[in-house]
Order: sequence, then structure tokens, then C-alpha cells
Amino acid sequence: MEATAATIPGRAPVAIPAWRANLATIWALMARAKNELVRVPGAAIPGVLAPTIFFLGLNGVFGALTQLRGFETGAYESFIVPVSMLQGAGFTGAAAGVNLARDFEQGWVDRLLVSPAPRWVLLAGNVLAASARALIPATFVLTIALILGAGFPGVDGLLVTYFMVAAMAAVAACWGSFLALRFKSQSAAPLMQAGTMALILTTTAYAPLALLQGWLQDVARVNPVTKVVEAARQGFVGGVTWADTWPGMLALAGLLAVLGGLALREMRRTAL
Amino acid sequence: MNALAANARVVRALGMRSIRQTFRRPQLLAPILVFPTLLLAIQTGGAGGAIELPGFPQVQSFLQFMLAGAMMQSLMLAGNSGGIALAVDIEMGFTDRLFSSPIPRFAIVLGRLAGTAALGLFASLWFLAIGLAFGATIEAGVAGALLAMFLVTSCALAVGGIGAAIALRTGSASVVQGLFPLVLVVLFLSSAFFPQELMIEPAKTIAQYNPLSFVVEGIREPMISGIHASDTLYALLAILGIVVLGLVLSDRALRHRLRVG
Repeated sequence: MEATAATIPGRAPVAIPAWRANLATIWALMARAKNELVRVPGAAIPGVLAPTIFFLGLNGVFGALTQLRGFETGAYESFIVPVSMLQGAGFTGAAAGVNLARDFEQGWVDRLLVSPAPRWVLLAGNVLAASARALIPATFVLTIALILGAGFPGVDGLLVTYFMVAAMAAVAACWGSFLALRFKSQSAAPLMQAGTMALILTTTAYAPLALLQGWLQDVARVNPVTKVVEAARQGFVGGVTWADTWPGMLALAGLLAVLGGLALREMRRTAL
Repeated sequence: MNALAANARVVRALGMRSIRQTFRRPQLLAPILVFPTLLLAIQTGGAGGAIELPGFPQVQSFLQFMLAGAMMQSLMLAGNSGGIALAVDIEMGFTDRLFSSPIPRFAIVLGRLAGTAALGLFASLWFLAIGLAFGATIEAGVAGALLAMFLVTSCALAVGGIGAAIALRTGSASVVQGLFPLVLVVLFLSSAFFPQELMIEPAKTIAQYNPLSFVVEGIREPMISGIHASDTLYALLAILGIVVLGLVLSDRALRHRLRVG
């Protein structure tokens, strides 16, 4: 197996396997993102606040939609809370892209690119940090929703929802990183946010598929994130089944492969 | 040249600068047009079935009902973006240079507000065009469209005054940017997106007293039914209230800025 020489101050250089060096790099990049959160707690507020406002606002405004024939549940807060959790994941992922663009502007990415770490490791650090951070807004929105009377999805439902949230944040971070590496400027931030917002909201976010109107019904039918929303929602509006879970997982795997591939390609091009 | 004409030239120049600035920076234009258009499209498709709910006003389509809400969202965000741009000017020292030039102080704020009002006018035209392109009708015809445009433009000016006051007081773009979620809160707590009678408590009660509800009803009525003097009057009074609040706050903030530098 390929080995890398690692130097620890005060000790002789030792050879460690490449996979361990890669894991250590990913961990260090995630720790850097965590430090940012600990040192500037205010930076996390918009990511937490935005989905919470959307949840409270949509619930207060469109709550009466449950009176329509064909609605799956009588409680709109139960219907909308997984969407808001996924929205939080989208905002967090987009923020990872904005942070990467800022790192570019400040020269930090250039320093990373001259390091011997593989490109995918650098990308994975950013993306996995976003996945972990997305659990904060998701938990905040969920707590508010439960207080307001949303049904508890059960342990299995909760695990599926959190898995979808973390993976959706990774998808959004890949999208954000792709744009950050492409434009190398924080000016691309609206595109990162609008992209993830459009991806999540052009689904069955507001109402079941049968009640969507015109073009949105057609788009929601082919949008892979619809499967993710349905998978994250199932515990809140009924029981959890494998049949409703695997399409969401498959959709996320596909999105990760495509957007991760694009981001990685941009990172390799950047290094040239 | 008399003083009034000279001041008008300054306001015009600063207003044009603020419009150009918005169109050159996608991060300023996106919240004003892209997000409200995206939300309009999604909410129309997602909640369009709501027009079948008992108690929903008689409308041709949900898009026709939602146009006023989209304009409202756009003008609120134009006010916020104007505040951010003014704060950036303060941070970069541009405002200090204007303060030291031989122009009246109020012209500096008025120039920014003129730009915000122009963006409000642009937003009203944009959403009217979108509405007409996708089949919505304006029940009150050309007069109704002109009334809606006037109310949107003057409300953008009014809201811009509050944004400018906060920018002058704090001098920080990130603080003004931080108000973005608050804009959404105020909008959700009005009848911008749904009939107030069908909203869920406590949003329903708050929307009843929210001045933005009066403005949005004033913009919406010409589109969905016709021009009603009472709705227009309430909208004008609400806008006047916001204008007065913005002027008082801007005046105080301007004095504060001149004092602390």
C-alpha cells in the first residue's frame, strides 16, 4: 500500500498509509470548519434562521392547504418540517461554497493546492463539514416544529430524515464548491443559494404531487429531489418503509456523483 | 443654475449610480428579481389549488392573486439592497467624500432612495410583464396597472428610507444584510401571499394590523377586482406612515453619522 512520510515535531519522520493521511486531512479540514463555527457563532445564525422563518411563515400562511381534498395529513407543520430541514441543509451547503470562494479570494485555497493532499480529499473535507453542520439548523427547526405540534416521526423516521438532510447538504456543498471553483468569487453566492433553493422547492415541498399545478407538477415528477423530500417526510405523515426510502437514497447518490464529479473536475482544472 | 435644479442634478446622478451599481452586481440584483420570481413560480404551482378553498377571494388564477405579493417582496428586498449598498459606500469612504462636497446632506440619502424607487418601478413592470405573459389579467385595466406601479414605487421609496436609516446608523453592510430574514418575517406576517382570513393564528391577527397588508391589498385589488377608493386610501396612508418613519429615522441617523464620522 502507498505510504506517506509524516513528520511530528520532536519525532523522527514515520511512514503512514495514504488512507490514514487522507483521513487526517479530511478531519483537519472539518475541524477548521468547526473552529469557524465556534469562533464566529453568529455566522451560523442565517443558516439556522432562514429555514426556521420559512417553516413558521409557510405554516402560518399556507396551513389551510390541508383542507384540500387529497392532502396526506391534517397537520401542515408535519408536512412542511422535513422540507425546512432540507432547506437548512441547502443553505448550509451553499454557505460551504461561499466560504470556499472566500478562501480563494484570500489565497487559502492556493496554499491547499500546493499541498500533496489529493484533490478529492480537499473537496471531501469541505463537503463533509457541510454535512455535519447541516444537523444544527435541522435540529433547531425540528425542535420548533415539535413544540408547535408536528408529529414525532419515530426513531426510524428521524434517522432517515437526518440521513437525507446530511446527504442533501453534501449535494448542495458540491454544487456550491463547483461554482466557487468555477467563478473564484463570492459574487457567485446568489447562484449557489438560488440553485439549491430551486432544487428543493420544485418538488412536492408545498403540496402532494396530485395537488401541484401545471409546470411544477411536471418538474416535480422528474426532479430527483422529490424522492428525497418524500423519503425525509414519510415518518412525519405515516410509517417508514424501504420502498419510500431507497429512491431518495438513489437520487442522492446520483446527485452526489454528478455534482461531486463536476466539483472535482473544476478543482483539478484549478490546480493546472 | 438655481439651487433646486442643482440639487435635483445631484439626486439624479446619485440615483443613476445606485441603479447602475445594482445592475452591475449580481449579488444585489438577485434578491430583488431572481428570488421573488422563483418564489412566485414555485408558490403559484405549489399552492395554486388554494383558490378552491372556501373563503378564497374570487380570482382568475392564483398567479393573479400572487403578483402583488411578489412585487411587495421585491420592493422590500430593493429597500434592503439599497441599505446594503449605502453601508458599503460608508465602509469604503465614498459617503465621507460626499459629505465633504458642497451638496446638501439630504441629497445623498435622497439619491439612494431615488435609485431604490426606480428599482421598485422596474420590479413592478417586471412582475406585470410576467403576469401578463403567463395569462393573468389586470381587472382594472391600464389604470389599475398604473396604480399598482405607483404604489409599488412609492412603497419602495418608503421602505428604502428605513434601510438607509439603518445603514447610516450602523455603517455596516453585514448588519443591514442581516435584516434580510426580518424582511421575510414581516412579509410572511402580512397578507402578501395568502388571504388574511385563511391564514393560521397568530399570523392571521398580526397580518390584520401589519401596514404592509394594507399596501399589498391596495396593489392587489386593481388586479383581481377593480380600483376601490378605500383600499387605495388605506395603502397610501400606510405608505405615508412608513415614509414618515423612514424620514425621522434617516434624519436622526444622518445627524449621528455626521457627529461620529
